[in-house]
Amino acid sequence: MRKLVQSHATEFALLAVIALISLFLSLATDRFFTLGNAFDLLNTSSVNIIFAVGLLVVLIAGGIDISFAVAASVVQYVAALLLESIGGGGWFSGLLIAAILGVALGAINALLIHRFKIISIVATIATFNIYFGLLMFFTRGVSIYNLPDWLTSRVILFEHEMADGSWVEITLPVLIMVACVISTWVLITRTTTGRQLYAFGDNPEGARRFGINVGGMQFIAFGWLGLMAGIAGLVQAHYAQEVVPNALYGRELDVLAAVVLGGARLGGGKGTVLGCVLGVLMISITQNGLNLMGVSPFAFKMIIGAIILVAITLSNTSIERLLPFMREGSRR
Amino acid sequence: MRSVVDRFVSWVGPDIAGPGAAFIAVMVFFSIGSPQFLTGATFGSVAFQLPELGLLTLAMLLPILTGGLNLAITFTANIAGLTVAWVLQQNGGADAGPMAFLLGSLLAIGVGAASGLIMGLVIAYTKAHPILVSLSMMIFLRGLGEFLTRGGDVSGFPAFLQPIGHGSILGLPIPLLILIACVLIWHVLLTRTKLGFGTYMIGSNIEAARYSGINTRKVLVLVYMLSGAMCAIAGIIMLARFNSVRVGHGESYLLITVLACFLGGVNPFGGFGRVIPVFLALVVLQLLSSGLNLMGANQHLATAVWGILLISVMLLRWMSSHFKIFKRKKG
Repeated sequence: MRKLVQSHATEFALLAVIALISLFLSLATDRFFTLGNAFDLLNTSSVNIIFAVGLLVVLIAGGIDISFAVAASVVQYVAALLLESIGGGGWFSGLLIAAILGVALGAINALLIHRFKIISIVATIATFNIYFGLLMFFTRGVSIYNLPDWLTSRVILFEHEMADGSWVEITLPVLIMVACVISTWVLITRTTTGRQLYAFGDNPEGARRFGINVGGMQFIAFGWLGLMAGIAGLVQAHYAQEVVPNALYGRELDVLAAVVLGGARLGGGKGTVLGCVLGVLMISITQNGLNLMGVSPFAFKMIIGAIILVAITLSNTSIERLLPFMREGSRR
Repeated sequence: MRSVVDRFVSWVGPDIAGPGAAFIAVMVFFSIGSPQFLTGATFGSVAFQLPELGLLTLAMLLPILTGGLNLAITFTANIAGLTVAWVLQQNGGADAGPMAFLLGSLLAIGVGAASGLIMGLVIAYTKAHPILVSLSMMIFLRGLGEFLTRGGDVSGFPAFLQPIGHGSILGLPIPLLILIACVLIWHVLLTRTKLGFGTYMIGSNIEAARYSGINTRKVLVLVYMLSGAMCAIAGIIMLARFNSVRVGHGESYLLITVLACFLGGVNPFGGFGRVIPVFLALVVLQLLSSGLNLMGANQHLATAVWGILLISVMLLRWMSSHFKIFKRKKG
């Protein structure tokens, strides 16, 4: 047990913080600790979790990506136009189109980074500007509201009437989110490719000498993020029931903060799916709780920023110092 | 003659080649493409638009040189602008005197430096990654600003602020003069002072810098404080130019400032990079967007072209390095 805690210190710390926040919120408000609210939380944070697990793979491989959120905007816009031109389509063709477009945009990043040796933050800041600039230029900022019916109608997978007459429901985004989370978990923990991604992120030169296909790693990492971004783009269009070209602008930094809060390291080689999901959930839970407590929405971001700042400061002052029994363990 | 050329090259440095080539390309392209490009009007608009982006880029430059990043620059500028607005409103709004403005500006610079101080302390003492620390500071400041203004804008400033945003001295716009002064200060700071030396050393190798007796923590804290103070100056200029403060003004500049630094030959890992090429890169970016405007495109296309320009410069750099290896093998 102690070994488990030590090897997953970030996850346990996050769990403890989430438990504390939840405990406080369930005492402070009567609405927080209900099944309905928990399901609401899942429904609203699905898109961010899909983005987050994608970004996690790139961070593990030692890269960083700024462009994925605007790439998702490009994907949802182009997908909406394509679906209209093929006369509607369905969830299968929609997801397929979004996935292909997303992977293609991710592959552009990987190409720049691997083939031309441009550092990932430089390359993705450039593609961020290119994707967003071209999207806004060609669309003139016009939103699409007449989406196909299958995309805008809510798909309820599970619903249940509570004792007080309110309905709790789980919608399609949650199912897609769970599928993305599980497949990312399988990719990075249960396949050789996943081990190679960690090795490559930790020490690219060592990995290269060991015979790992370095270019392949970049394409897998950025392609995977592109795939997730494409899917998240479509899911976001479904959730919002519209395609607004700049709706996801700025989302990349929020997701990045959440992922790194979950223990992924900028610089590569570290990070888990569980930590990443907990990082996103912690931010959504805080936001949700503040909302239920009737705090002004304008103060949300301020409080969340302060929490992330404190969390990062604390997580870097090494948890061992705060928890003495762990220090004993690490000394051995 | 040759020695003059050599001395000139050594003075401007090899890192000016990228932005220099881009500058020439942009000038040639737009002079052919649009007859109105080579006129005073173009350069007037460039001169007035350059300072906001330029000051923010200077604020971004110092942290990048230490191997970090300051993502909070735009919102620090907004908060500083709000500080000035608050002081002015406390002293009678549109009737406030120059002393109130001076006080407000000093306070704003203090606020900017304070946000930098917090980031610098966290980065220096916990070794947390600067991207994260500044990112959370950005989220915090954005929230704080939106909380204070309720998402609206603050306006109604005294008339004597107008010249700071729109006036000229001897044909040179005042914001541009302020930018040039700040560029010179940064240049001197980086090339002639102990702090500048420490900044480069930390960017190259922070451990080696520490072992060689540089107080790395102090330098880091000072770098982020100076960065915050520079944001405050940008915020004051923005206030004077728009005659209002809104949280979110200039938000889109954030990643453009990083782009400008990289275009100006600054090493993304820190340690190498100079102010003058970055300034030239800024001029190129602004000329590009003015030129595209003249040809009937909008700012969004210019943004995309900025991205393409960055990639082209990086590709050229990659090709030139390959070419060198090629030559060495031959010889």
